[in-house]
Amino acid sequence: MICGVGGQGIILASNVLCSVAFSEGLDVKKSEVHGMAQRGGSVITHVRFGKKVYSPLIEEGTSDFILAFERLEALRYLPYLKENGIMIVNDREIPPMSVLVGAVTYPQDIDRRLKKRGETHFVDATSIAFELGNVRAVNIILLGVLSKFLNFKKQSWKEAIGKNVKERFVELNITAFNRGMCI
Amino acid sequence: MKSLLSGNEAVARGAWEAGCTVATAYPGTPSTEIVENITQYPEIYCEWSINEKAALEVAAGACFAGARALTAMKHVGLNVAADPFFTMGYSGVTGGFVIVSADDPGMWSSQNEQDNRHYGRHAKIPILEPSDSNETKLFTKLGFEISEKFDTPVLLRLTTRICHSTCLVELGKRKEHKIKGYVKDIKKRLVLPAHARLLHVVVEERLKELAEFSETFTYNKIEWGKKNLGIITSGISYQYAKEIFPEASFLKLSFTYPIPKKLITKFARRVKKMIVIEEGDPILETEIRAMGIKVIGKDKIPLCGELTPRVIRDSFSKKTKKKIQTAKIPARPPVLCPGCPHRGVFYVINKLKLVATGDIGCYTLGALPPLNAIDTCVCMGASVTNAQGLEKALGKDFSKKVVAVLGDSTFFHGGITGLVNAVYNKGNLNLVILDNYTTAMTGHQPHPGTGRLAKGEQGKRIPPEEIAKGCGVEFIKIVNPGDLEETEAAFKEALAFDGVTVLIFRRPCALLLKPSPPYIIDSELCNGCALCLRIGCPAISLHYPEDREKPLAVIDQALCFGCKLCVQVCNRDAIVLPKNKKIE
Repeated sequence: MICGVGGQGIILASNVLCSVAFSEGLDVKKSEVHGMAQRGGSVITHVRFGKKVYSPLIEEGTSDFILAFERLEALRYLPYLKENGIMIVNDREIPPMSVLVGAVTYPQDIDRRLKKRGETHFVDATSIAFELGNVRAVNIILLGVLSKFLNFKKQSWKEAIGKNVKERFVELNITAFNRGMCI
Repeated sequence: MKSLLSGNEAVARGAWEAGCTVATAYPGTPSTEIVENITQYPEIYCEWSINEKAALEVAAGACFAGARALTAMKHVGLNVAADPFFTMGYSGVTGGFVIVSADDPGMWSSQNEQDNRHYGRHAKIPILEPSDSNETKLFTKLGFEISEKFDTPVLLRLTTRICHSTCLVELGKRKEHKIKGYVKDIKKRLVLPAHARLLHVVVEERLKELAEFSETFTYNKIEWGKKNLGIITSGISYQYAKEIFPEASFLKLSFTYPIPKKLITKFARRVKKMIVIEEGDPILETEIRAMGIKVIGKDKIPLCGELTPRVIRDSFSKKTKKKIQTAKIPARPPVLCPGCPHRGVFYVINKLKLVATGDIGCYTLGALPPLNAIDTCVCMGASVTNAQGLEKALGKDFSKKVVAVLGDSTFFHGGITGLVNAVYNKGNLNLVILDNYTTAMTGHQPHPGTGRLAKGEQGKRIPPEEIAKGCGVEFIKIVNPGDLEETEAAFKEALAFDGVTVLIFRRPCALLLKPSPPYIIDSELCNGCALCLRIGCPAISLHYPEDREKPLAVIDQALCFGCKLCVQVCNRDAIVLPKNKKIE
């Protein structure tokens, strides 16, 4: 499951992941939402692969991995993670409007709540992306981190990135992927 | 060869493989990507029509000529196109005609949760319901064949989770469909009362033939498992149910109207207990119950909201699983993007305390705090006519406080008729067109105001101001929404004018422009007054540093678009461009 804030490149990340699983000969299903929900709102995509997949949706409490592009969104979709599942979290806070206008506060106990459920890895992907000169590379950096936990060939990842991003951004994204892999 | 396709991509591919040559749509989530993907096929003429009614009628005209035609729309789009939809059920087709309705259970991006399987029954048009992208492609092709065989349009009913889910699809080749050419046949296509009376009889006969066809349709199929539980299901619910009840027997329905009664009876006789699992209204359930068969259905499974594997599991599980506490997590509803040209207009509407009847588009988000600028949202174009109704009920003085707000694409879709109505009926309508040169919400499709066509070709541009002039509007003004003073002055001038006024706030959608350099807060000048928060920009937040007595506003450098709206709101000139490009 991949979650974050609309506009962070979540759908592209899930497309790359699907391409990799497909090229490795697995059955793949993905589900996402478009439209109103994409405008800076909370966004999730479900990605499932294996020998045979029926539902494109992940059932709560069964996700092996959650890739969260933002801390609060990690917390929001935590119920989807299976017990002792693995969570990779971009260590960044994007306050929602209710926090910005001061109606509520941004939760301060996210680390504790996430760690209670499963194995949590915080990654400062936004800073790395700034370093690489493009904040939009966050998604591929996080996929690089995820790749360490999956048994897919590095070549499959590279090809999947090549297939899903615009040609002029391929090199940047391969670099971003490698940076993620080395964390 | 297999490829990963979303349901919408699969419709496009299926139409292409089937030899379709005309495809039409008005964009609407979750159906938009169907025609968007058809633009890649040179063999198919495709267009963004101005609304769903126009789309359906253009496609109907093509099928009169013997071409295979497809039209796609979101569920509420079929309300707009309902008039020709019903009549096409009577007149039938010549070339195959597939009408795609993409319903939105869960209302991810819609104003209601209507179940368009009712429409098939209401208009006596057969329904196909695929359960994944592979079936979606296949059923699109079969749809054309069924349409031609039975001389009827076919409703291909999708849902959000079909449209926007991706799976492996077996690709085929295109088979050209020979266009027969136009042959005059007034008894079929001139639906006068005398002809329609005869056609209705034909329609009822056709339904009987379709019911027989449904019995033998390959994809209405039984998958035998254990006989103690039988599940009847269709669409995406099939996939969920297979995971929750892996051992049960299944009757998977794909041709869901008319239903195969004999097949259902056969299935019912062999299983001990039967559950109907369907998303939305109890449509199959009601029809099966009417056959005198006992089933479990909506008495257990929720009618509201979308189904998920968990919802189905919980419907039949006695103990509810312990849930992780998520109640106190701040919600993150969608917001207007940083740099959105609508923001300044909404700020002024809020400031002037106007009543704003709203419409369907990104700008509906102007209703949310802190802008709180929109009062109503009914359907495409209703902002215009609702405002006129308010005036007719409460009088001319009240109309001086009311504005109708809609986007450029929505104006073309359903706003023009309301404008003519107001001018003709002596209204004092104040119409605000937020012209961002695109259909933003659905992913930036062109429309008549842009002059670009679906495949990128340049067509004729029809500016909204020219239409307003043609409708007899005497006060028309084009305003820059990035300038708050100009915006406020324009509102005051329009509201003081007697008669119908049109203000066009014109600036391209922020997502179509490159951001300008981001602004920062001068911490020495900022007094933490929070005025800048009133524009509701996601890039600005208030912080409480320990070394300061007063709070400090902070601009997120990754989000700031450099639109300068906050600069105009700040009365201490504390929002500035960084000197020497040094960031705070």
